[in-house]
Amino acid sequence: MVNVALPKGRLGEKVYDLFERAGYSCDEMHDKGRKLIFENMEKGIRYFWVKPSDVPVYVERGVADLGIAGKDVLLERHPDVYELLDLALGKCRMCVAAKADFFDDGEKTLKVATEFVNIASEYYARQGRDIDIIKLHGSVELAPILGLSDVIVDIVETGTSLRENNLVITDEILSISARLIANKANFKFKTKEIEDIVNLMRKQVKEND
Amino acid sequence: MISKKILKNEERAVLALRTLYRKHGYLPFKMNKFEEYDFYLENRDFLPGDKIVTFYDTNGKLMALRPDVTLSVIKQSEDIPGVKHRVYYDEFIYRTGRHTKRFKEMKQTGIECIGDLDLYDIAEVLLLGADSLAKISPDYVVSISHLGILDSLLADTCTDDSMRRRALSYIKTKAAHELERLCHEHKVPEEKTQRLCKLVSLYGDLDSVLPQLEVLCISDESRDGLKEIKIINKIIASTEHRDKFVVDFSIVNDMDYYNNLLFQGFLKGISENVMVGGQYDRLLEKLGRESRGVGFAVYLNKLDMLDYDKTPKGSLDYLILYDNEEDIIDISARSRQLVDAGYSVSVQKAIPKKLRYDQIIDMRREKN
Repeated sequence: MVNVALPKGRLGEKVYDLFERAGYSCDEMHDKGRKLIFENMEKGIRYFWVKPSDVPVYVERGVADLGIAGKDVLLERHPDVYELLDLALGKCRMCVAAKADFFDDGEKTLKVATEFVNIASEYYARQGRDIDIIKLHGSVELAPILGLSDVIVDIVETGTSLRENNLVITDEILSISARLIANKANFKFKTKEIEDIVNLMRKQVKEND
Repeated sequence: MISKKILKNEERAVLALRTLYRKHGYLPFKMNKFEEYDFYLENRDFLPGDKIVTFYDTNGKLMALRPDVTLSVIKQSEDIPGVKHRVYYDEFIYRTGRHTKRFKEMKQTGIECIGDLDLYDIAEVLLLGADSLAKISPDYVVSISHLGILDSLLADTCTDDSMRRRALSYIKTKAAHELERLCHEHKVPEEKTQRLCKLVSLYGDLDSVLPQLEVLCISDESRDGLKEIKIINKIIASTEHRDKFVVDFSIVNDMDYYNNLLFQGFLKGISENVMVGGQYDRLLEKLGRESRGVGFAVYLNKLDMLDYDKTPKGSLDYLILYDNEEDIIDISARSRQLVDAGYSVSVQKAIPKKLRYDQIIDMRREKN
């Protein structure tokens, strides 16, 4: 039995569709209820829905053999897992944004508001820029508007939220998409089952392209 | 005679492994719990994690609680042609936990072989690593990698140190898709890109992987590494471990200290590696030594994740209840009778809240 941690929400549903097309269906998954664990004994697969940011925790601790996590979560947490496939779903960008009239003259410490402290810190460390990180847990766009920060580092999907708050993208840090991750130890004991899933999923990703 | 039921997984393992290592000519090595901090500071990059517990000794010297065993063993060994210093240990080490980021006391056992080594010694240590896992559980896997091969392919592909660092981080996670992107970003020729990506994706038993490695190893350095793996495969083939070894180039360690053979051990039911080992000739070279070194450590503290026995710990066979009017000679006789018959017993005046037991003997009621 291969245990798969799916991220709750739209991305998780898209990923499940991919699993279904790869031959790992589980009829109960389409029932809209509060159940969190679903399994198809015949196909040897068990899915469970978890909070997206918790997926790497379930996989790293071995409760899930496989999981689907955004590249942003992986870069932020650095879990000790294999990253076996880029599913090319949930595509977005990690960007630096600021008020349209902001100019960084490099003379003072840059105040950066973000949920992604590690990604932002590593990005500015590579540039040797001195920053003051302000960790926020949501509505990050507010920070430069209210003067809490000079810039924000955040995920940009369509850019609508930035535009509505009069913010503009000043730099793109990296592209993000969903990745299929695996527990390193469990991979050793379920190699055939996991490799079969990865190969069939890879085919689906190519067909999606 | 100690009942096996009483022993914790790590205690059972220590007893079995101590016997195993002694049988193979390894001698016990006992070391101090702490060393001078400078000793670790000079080789800090070799240590896993960057935090060390320090304190001032009564003479004002800054001391450190031992974060590693290998360095202490190296200090005690000598460079004598033809001689091999073989030791085993079971010791506590003090490091920060990966998840908690706080200091933890970790129990570790293992062996170190330092001296005038050749491939025989490397294979001996590798097989003892497999023997160690087999003593703990029948469901084990030993993954092996060869840094000589990996280093040669990286040198052939990576244009600078920053690219090499990124490539290594992708290799560790088997992210061949990221590695391919990185190579394209740096305009690496397609043939070299595919060779490196294939190496990272390679996984399986030695017999199935070796023909693929033949194609990938084209430099002299990588051919030397391949030759070593082939000999090791022949040695493994004649042992009971032949189906337990896999090749996995995602095992990477600091190449400034480690070289050639690296290996890790896994037990079914434990979500991370329980054994880590390899050759550290480069560390010895950095220390100005002529010897070569190889060894491994088994992380005993991780063994509590194994479910040998489903009986909840702390559960007793009998609970004897008595009161002040009871004759304590009777209570003592009753209790010892049960213990001598092999049962576990707790004698109480009231039932403790968290005590689990199978049967109760209420001597208060018996009296009435």
